[in-house]
Amino acid sequence: MDDFIAARSQMALSLGFHIIYSCIGMVMPVFMAISHYKWIKTHDPVYKNITVAWSKGVAIFFATGAVSGTMLSFELGLLWPGFMKHAGPIFGMPFSLEGVAFFIEAIALGFFLYGWNRLNAWFHWVTGIVVGISGIASGILVVSANSWMNSPSGFDFVNGKYLNIDPLKAMFNEAWFSESLHMTIAAFSATGFAVAGIHALMIYRKRNVHFHSKAFKIAIIFGAAAAILQPLSGDISAKGAAKRQPAKLAAMEAYFHTQSYAPLVIGGIPDTAAKKVNYGIEIPGLLSFLVHDNFKEPVNGLDKIPVKNQPPVAVTHYAFQIMVGFGMLMMLIGVLYFIALWKKKDWFTKGWFLKMFIWATPAGFIALEAGWTVTEVGRQPWIIQGVMRTSEAVTPMPGIQYSFYLFTFIYFTLSVFVIFLLKRQIQMVPELYDR
Amino acid sequence: MLYVVILFLFAAITLYFLLGGADFGAGIIELFTSNDNKHRTRKTSYQAIGPIWEANHMWLIITVVILFVGFPTIYSEMCVYLHIPLLIMLLGITARGTAFAFRNYDAIKDEKTQGFYNHIFVYSSFVTPMFLGIIAGSALSGQIDPTAKTFAGVYIFSWLNWFSVSVGLFTVALCGFLAAIYLIGECPEVYDVKRFIKKAKAMNIAAVILGALVFLASYVEHVHLADWIFGNLLSLTAVIAATLSLVLLWFIISDKKNKQWIRVLAAFQVSMILISVGHTRFPRFVIFKDGSSMSLLTDHATGKSIDDLGVGLLIGSLFILPALGYLYYSFKKKGNETVEEH
Repeated sequence: MDDFIAARSQMALSLGFHIIYSCIGMVMPVFMAISHYKWIKTHDPVYKNITVAWSKGVAIFFATGAVSGTMLSFELGLLWPGFMKHAGPIFGMPFSLEGVAFFIEAIALGFFLYGWNRLNAWFHWVTGIVVGISGIASGILVVSANSWMNSPSGFDFVNGKYLNIDPLKAMFNEAWFSESLHMTIAAFSATGFAVAGIHALMIYRKRNVHFHSKAFKIAIIFGAAAAILQPLSGDISAKGAAKRQPAKLAAMEAYFHTQSYAPLVIGGIPDTAAKKVNYGIEIPGLLSFLVHDNFKEPVNGLDKIPVKNQPPVAVTHYAFQIMVGFGMLMMLIGVLYFIALWKKKDWFTKGWFLKMFIWATPAGFIALEAGWTVTEVGRQPWIIQGVMRTSEAVTPMPGIQYSFYLFTFIYFTLSVFVIFLLKRQIQMVPELYDR
Repeated sequence: MLYVVILFLFAAITLYFLLGGADFGAGIIELFTSNDNKHRTRKTSYQAIGPIWEANHMWLIITVVILFVGFPTIYSEMCVYLHIPLLIMLLGITARGTAFAFRNYDAIKDEKTQGFYNHIFVYSSFVTPMFLGIIAGSALSGQIDPTAKTFAGVYIFSWLNWFSVSVGLFTVALCGFLAAIYLIGECPEVYDVKRFIKKAKAMNIAAVILGALVFLASYVEHVHLADWIFGNLLSLTAVIAATLSLVLLWFIISDKKNKQWIRVLAAFQVSMILISVGHTRFPRFVIFKDGSSMSLLTDHATGKSIDDLGVGLLIGSLFILPALGYLYYSFKKKGNETVEEH
C-alpha cells in the first residue's frame, strides 16, 4: 500500500470512528438533561432510571470519544506534519477553544456521573447541561477548524509564505456557519434515530415497555425534528459549496459539462473517462435552481476545473447520493412520527411503525459518514483548498501502511467492545431499573 | 505574550506529569500489588480517581494544542522523528482510558471480562508513562538525527537508546510514587494506608535507583546530564531541594496527620526535577544530534497567533481553574465516604 494512501486511509478511519463517538457524546447529554429534568419535576423513578442508564452509556462513549480525539490531535501531526507546520498557527484558534470546552466538559462530566445523591439536585442537573453545552461547543469549534480547510481565510499566501495571520478571521471563515449548522443538526438526527431505534426494538420485543417508551419519545422528538430541518441546512451548504468549491459541488452531482438548465442527477454510475453518468435520473434545470434560485442560469461543471485539481468524482457522487437518500428517508419517518404524535396515537403500538424505527437505527450514522466523505473527499486533492495539496503535507516516514493496519485493528476491536458493552447495558435494564 | 504561552506550556506539562502521572501510577501500583490485595487497590483508586481522571488527562490536550498552535515547527518535527514512540504512547492512552471506563461501566461484572480489562489497564498504565518519558528523554538528549541514512537511524535510534529508555523507566517509578502518596490519603482503612506507605517507599527507592541509571546512561550516550544539572545554580538548588524534600518525606510519611503535607512534598519533589531539567535546557525544546536545536524563543508562530493563543489560554483558565478546583474540592470533602457506584 502506498504511504500516501495509507495516511489518508488512516485519517479517514480515525475521523470516521471518532465522529460517531463525538456525536453521541454531544447529543446524549441533552437527552439526559431532559429526562433528568422530568425526574426532578415529577419524581417518576422511571426518568431517573433512564437518566442513569443513559449516563452509563455516555460514560463509555465519552471515554472512547476522548481517547480517539486525543489520538486525532496527534495524528494531525503524525500523518500531516507539512500541513500542521503552516496551518497550526492559523486555524489553531478553534482548537485552543475546543481544548477549553473539552476540559470544561470533562470536569462537568465528573460532577455529573459521580454526583448522584452527593450534590444539590439542581446543581447536579446544571452540571449535566454544562456537559451538553460544552460538548456541542466543542463540536462546532472542531468543525469550524475543518471549514477553514475548505474555505481558507485569515492569512495571505504570498510566494509560498503564510503572512498576516489572523486566527479569528480564520475561525470565522465563510464556511464555518453552514458546516457547523449542518453537522450539529446531523449529530442530533443521527443520535436521535440510533437511540430511538434501540428503544423501539425493546418496545417491539415487549421488554420494559414503560421505560423504553419514555426513552424512545425523548430521543425521537429530537431526531425527527432535526431530520426535518436538515434539508434546509443542506441547501445552505450546497450553495456555499457552489460558490467556494465548485469542483466539490460538481463531483457531488457528477456534473461534467457546464450548461444552462443544469440538471440534477439522481443515482447513476459516473464514467469519469467518458465524462458522463450512466443509468442516472436527470431532472433538467433543478441543479441551476438549487444553486442560483432560477432554472436557467448555468452552473460550473468539472470541465471548468483542471483535471489535476479535480476530486475523485465517483466516490464523492455515491457518498452524496447515500447521504441525501438516507436523509430523505429519515425526514419521511420524522414526519410520520409527528403525525402519529398528533393524530394517530394507535400507531405507537403497531408492529410496522416500530419496525420502521428499528430499521432506521443506523440510518443517521450512515448519512453522517457519507456526508463527511463528501466534505473530505470532495476537497481533494487539496488539504487547504486551493493553497496546499494533501500530497505535500504527508509525513516523510515510510511504512505508514503498518500504522494503518494497526489503527484498523484497534478501532475494530474498540467498536466490537462498545457494542458488546451496550448490549450488556440493555440486557441488564430489567434487573437494574425495573423494580 | 510569548512568555505567557511558554508559562502555560510548562504549567500544562507539569500538571500533566503530576495529575496524569498519579493517574497512570494508580495502574502501576495495581500492577505491582499482590493478587490478594488487587481488588482493594482497585477499589481505592476507583474512588480516588474516578471523578477526576478525565480532567487529569486534559492537560495533555492543552500541551499539544499549545505546541501546534504556538510552536508548529517543533510540533511537526517531533511528530516526524518521534512518530513511533508517540504512536505507542497513543495506543497506551487509548487502551488505558477505554479499559478504565469499560471496567467501571460494564453492566455485568463477571470475573473473566473484568480480568481482561484489568490486564489491559495495568499494562497500558505502565507503557504509557514509559513512552512519555522516552519522548521527553529523546527530545532533550540530542539523539534525533535527521541526516541518518537508514530508516532505523532516523526513526528508531532517535528514541531507542539507553538514555531515553532509562528516562522512561524513571518516569514510571515517579508516577507510581506519586500515585502511592496520593492514595495514602484516600483510603479509610489502616491496612490499606500501611500498604500504600510501603508502596510509596518502594517506588521512591526504585525512582532513586532508576535516576542513577539515567545518569549512568547519560555517560554511555554522551549526554552531558551532570554538567547541565550541576553546572548552574538554579538546577542545582532544585535538585538539592528535591533531595531534601525526599528525606523529609521519609520521616513524616507514617504519621496520619501529615497526609496533605506528604502530597505537597511529593509534588514539590517531582516539580523540582522537572524545573531542574527544564531550566538547564530552556529555551531549547528539541535538540538534534548535530547540536542544533529548536527553541521556544525563536521557533514560535508569528505575532498575532501567539497573542491570540495567550489571550485564549488566559480566558480559558478563568473558566477551567475554578471549576477544576471545585471538582477536586467536592470529591475531596467527602473523600472518605464511599463513592456510590452509578
